[in-house]
Amino acid sequence: MTFREVNATEAVALAADGHRVIDVREQNEWDAGHVVGATLLPLADVAQRIAEVAPDKDAPLLLHCAVGGRSGRAAAWLSQMGYTNVVSMKAPIGDWKTAGGAWNEPQEPLLTPAQQRRYARQTLIPEIGQEGQRKLLDAKVLLIGAGALGSPSALYLSASGVGTIGLVDDDLVEESNLQRQVLHGADRLGMRKVDSGELTIRGLNPETVVVKHAERLDAGNVERLISGYDVIVDGTDNFDTRYVLNDAAVKLRKPVVHGSIYRWDGQITTFVPFEGPCYRCMYPTQPPDELAPACSVAGVLGVLPGVIGLLQSNEVFKLILGAGDTLAGRLLMFDAMGTSFDEVRIWRDPACPTCGEGSPYHEDPT
Amino acid sequence: MSTIRIPPVLRENTDGRRTVDVTGATVSAALDDLFAQHPALRDRVTTDGKLSEFINVYVNDRDVRYRDGLDTTVGADDTIILLPAMAGGSR
Ligand SMILES: [Zn+2]
Repeated sequence: MTFREVNATEAVALAADGHRVIDVREQNEWDAGHVVGATLLPLADVAQRIAEVAPDKDAPLLLHCAVGGRSGRAAAWLSQMGYTNVVSMKAPIGDWKTAGGAWNEPQEPLLTPAQQRRYARQTLIPEIGQEGQRKLLDAKVLLIGAGALGSPSALYLSASGVGTIGLVDDDLVEESNLQRQVLHGADRLGMRKVDSGELTIRGLNPETVVVKHAERLDAGNVERLISGYDVIVDGTDNFDTRYVLNDAAVKLRKPVVHGSIYRWDGQITTFVPFEGPCYRCMYPTQPPDELAPACSVAGVLGVLPGVIGLLQSNEVFKLILGAGDTLAGRLLMFDAMGTSFDEVRIWRDPACPTCGEGSPYHEDPT
Repeated sequence: MSTIRIPPVLRENTDGRRTVDVTGATVSAALDDLFAQHPALRDRVTTDGKLSEFINVYVNDRDVRYRDGLDTTVGADDTIILLPAMAGGSR
């Protein structure tokens, strides 16, 4: 059994007539442009992978490379292996284009060479890859609070390539912060937390865009603050802010990753508007102050915001990548004293004033 | 005998204990036993004899609001979780 060699004009006609086009060049040649609808099968892989690429030995195959040498060798092997309908294009690949063959121009690479190096350990993960890393680089995450819970999120989200990080905080760095707010340091006392945060993030990853919002989130500014972001990380310190944020996030369809900490205990969940419950579904009424003291009154273990903050970052990753199972509908509780996790289910409340049947926000703002 | 998890803000009323073993076939009966053992707790989590709205109660992982409220039955190996909202985070 032998194979046939054709010129570019004949090759274009054969492809139009149903010949399966197989490109036996290398990946980098393919990346610089390739035949539309072709399958990449580098010469060195032909013997090993042809059965998977073309299981039917009688199917019409059109092989090509850059000029016709490699495709001729591949075609000869395939004929020996029993393939009955193999054609090799013996012509420079430029002739294919001149002859009117369909051609994919090179795509902009998803990552620059520097990004490929920096994020190599992460792009190796099948659920992330270069596409997932591109999503992370394009993502905008807003941290409400650049303090205890915001610190680990800022560090790890920036280090791992989340492209834009917004910091909302009007506080200055104080000595009593340093035991747990690892975004700041002893040389930053008195500095605005957003400025200190920016310095630290820049040092970790100069590519991260840091947007500083040196203000306190309230009902008047919440929609402006959150509207440009994809995911909100809630690490605030009081109930009023949490309810204000919740209502605006439901209205603007922004997922909120919620974390809270107290002494040895932490809680975390993810609110995805109209898909899972919201903060008001979970806690319709806020407790009186004596049952909800702030960290400044009650104290908090230094490592606790590290644990809870990184669990929040983990949620952010999955929301951006669209992979895995988030904590939507589940409240995860961490007990540092017993080193144990517990989980309870939380439900969307049909009577919730924010996201229930009577919600004023059912109309999608977009 | 079932177990009630005491949230951190209430542990000063249980001598620091994180769990209290109770008897009672319903959430309501279990809470009565809890209050009998730790009387100071009653005023902190009930208003006019009713459990305060800001405390979520779960039997195992289920919110009793979506079951039978305080009449929800409690089995011998069940865990009751009392969970008020926590605010702390940033400062
Ligand atoms: Zn709701």
